[in-house]
Amino acid sequence: MTMREKIEQAAGRYPDQRSAIMPALLIAQREHGHLPGAVLEEVAEILGVERIWVYELATFYTLFHTEPVGKFHLQLCDNVSCMLRRSEDLLTHLEEVLGIKKGGTTPDGLFTLSTVECLGACEMAPVMQVGDDYHGTLDIERIDALIARLRATVPDTTGADLAAAEPPGG
Amino acid sequence: MFEPVLLKNVNVPEGHLLSSYEAGGGYRALGKALRENTPDEIIELIKRSNLRGRGGAGFPTGMKWSFVPKRADKPKYLCCNADEGEPGTFKDRIIMERDPHQLIEGMAISAYAIGAEVAYVYVRGEYVLAIRRLEQAIEEAKAKGYLGARILGSDFNFVVHVHCGAGAYICGEETAMLDSLEGKRAQPRLKPPFPAVAGLYASPTVINNVETLVCVPHIVARGADWFRGIGPEKSPGPKLYCVSGQVRKPGLYELPMGIPLRELVEDHAGGPLPERKIKAVIPGGVSAPVIPEQGLDVGMDFDSLAAAGTMLGSAGVIVVDDTTCMVKVATRIIEFFHHESCGKCTPCREGLNWVVKVLRRIEAGEGEAGDMEQLDMLCKGIFGNTFCALGDGAAMGLRAALAHFREEFVAHIEERRCPFH
Repeated sequence: MTMREKIEQAAGRYPDQRSAIMPALLIAQREHGHLPGAVLEEVAEILGVERIWVYELATFYTLFHTEPVGKFHLQLCDNVSCMLRRSEDLLTHLEEVLGIKKGGTTPDGLFTLSTVECLGACEMAPVMQVGDDYHGTLDIERIDALIARLRATVPDTTGADLAAAEPPGG
Repeated sequence: MFEPVLLKNVNVPEGHLLSSYEAGGGYRALGKALRENTPDEIIELIKRSNLRGRGGAGFPTGMKWSFVPKRADKPKYLCCNADEGEPGTFKDRIIMERDPHQLIEGMAISAYAIGAEVAYVYVRGEYVLAIRRLEQAIEEAKAKGYLGARILGSDFNFVVHVHCGAGAYICGEETAMLDSLEGKRAQPRLKPPFPAVAGLYASPTVINNVETLVCVPHIVARGADWFRGIGPEKSPGPKLYCVSGQVRKPGLYELPMGIPLRELVEDHAGGPLPERKIKAVIPGGVSAPVIPEQGLDVGMDFDSLAAAGTMLGSAGVIVVDDTTCMVKVATRIIEFFHHESCGKCTPCREGLNWVVKVLRRIEAGEGEAGDMEQLDMLCKGIFGNTFCALGDGAAMGLRAALAHFREEFVAHIEERRCPFH
């Protein structure tokens, strides 16, 4: 299904097209990785709603990204239950290993590192969401293994490829 | 001996599939309700059971349903609040991931009672697995005639749609959730009108939490007296407790409403980590005022916790031990509320920003004389002065931390450092 078809199908669940903006933005973000202005305008056009309605949602809800994020978005919970289980140590470690600060993206565009509010998985604190998946009861070893696994899913980048790789937003 | 019912399928292999749910007796309560009861009889049954909302407020569910006008010229809606965002809470996620049909059956019976033909489950967007499992379960239920037109040969038609949230804690506030469902920025509405009269699309709407809805099939199957026989008379039933933080066995526990907090934390959840002592426990998510260790004998139910100056909330029980700085915990909690403030009301939006600055200063060893009084003043300025309970929760939580652990705050200011670092 095209993005337009998916959005039109989702819109069928509501008596009012405006309600379909959130699902449409989630569909568009899956398709494009993030939500630049042109995509927001396309969503408004597909649903036949005011552009401002689309813009105001894209900038209100934290799961919508109007700027590019890395291929793997590491979202480490640092709310109370994870903090009590030393999520701060994991953040420091991730910043060292990836060579970026919280909020940053690696130059190869692979990893974006963020801290997030409670992910609702405190029984396995400290916890981190990467893409659709939750990773729990994390420690330094498990974080290292996870990063290695994620790196292994992308084709080996030689020096030439690295030079050609464009950082997000670049 | 207490028999868990809400979590009975949770550890069954492939328990999220319809075949597993049916094998455990699933959807029989829906059949029974449609065959044997009128909608009003179901509402009366739920009223008699004394079921109170599990989302946090503890409002009597049957009474909430009875506020929906019997005759309305607009469609009625049922909304399931599955935007579980209260830090320390994870019960609804586990139900939706591992036993989604239990929720669908609960919604179908509840919708029958209030006369709704359409329901939306508002699930927080991070819960990708729960969303997939729910969508799969809805398709299975449709194919088997538990959802759709003329369900199980009755005149009852009912469909369920999943609506994904996108990372806003405020959507757990029911009127903000309705605005979000209508495609707007999630900001709480002024009440009245209450949602039962003018909710989603200005139509009569009932909003119930996941755990509230999954109680319903069990009450239909086993009766109101069974439910009322578990825990305190005025606040009865099986209850899900989410235990996390500095404790040996964090996890989700189903136990009677009203069990002592000490028994939950020390016996069921294994007590403190080795070589440590419990210092304090937050009983109901970070909106609930903290209880110091000596107060742990309180019962875990709406009324007992209210009498102790705190609340059951979402039953997100967070255990804090003696190695942890309470100023740091309080700072992190207020940072959360500040981040999640929707921005509508000035006392919450600006007041919490101010509180965060003062708390960060104290924790960094840069606190000043007068900071404690300023925090007291800010709590007073926020509490009761906002549309919704977000600001109230922040102010109540901070007040309790200041009251019970005042000496820790003062030590930070006087020693000009955090004594825990």
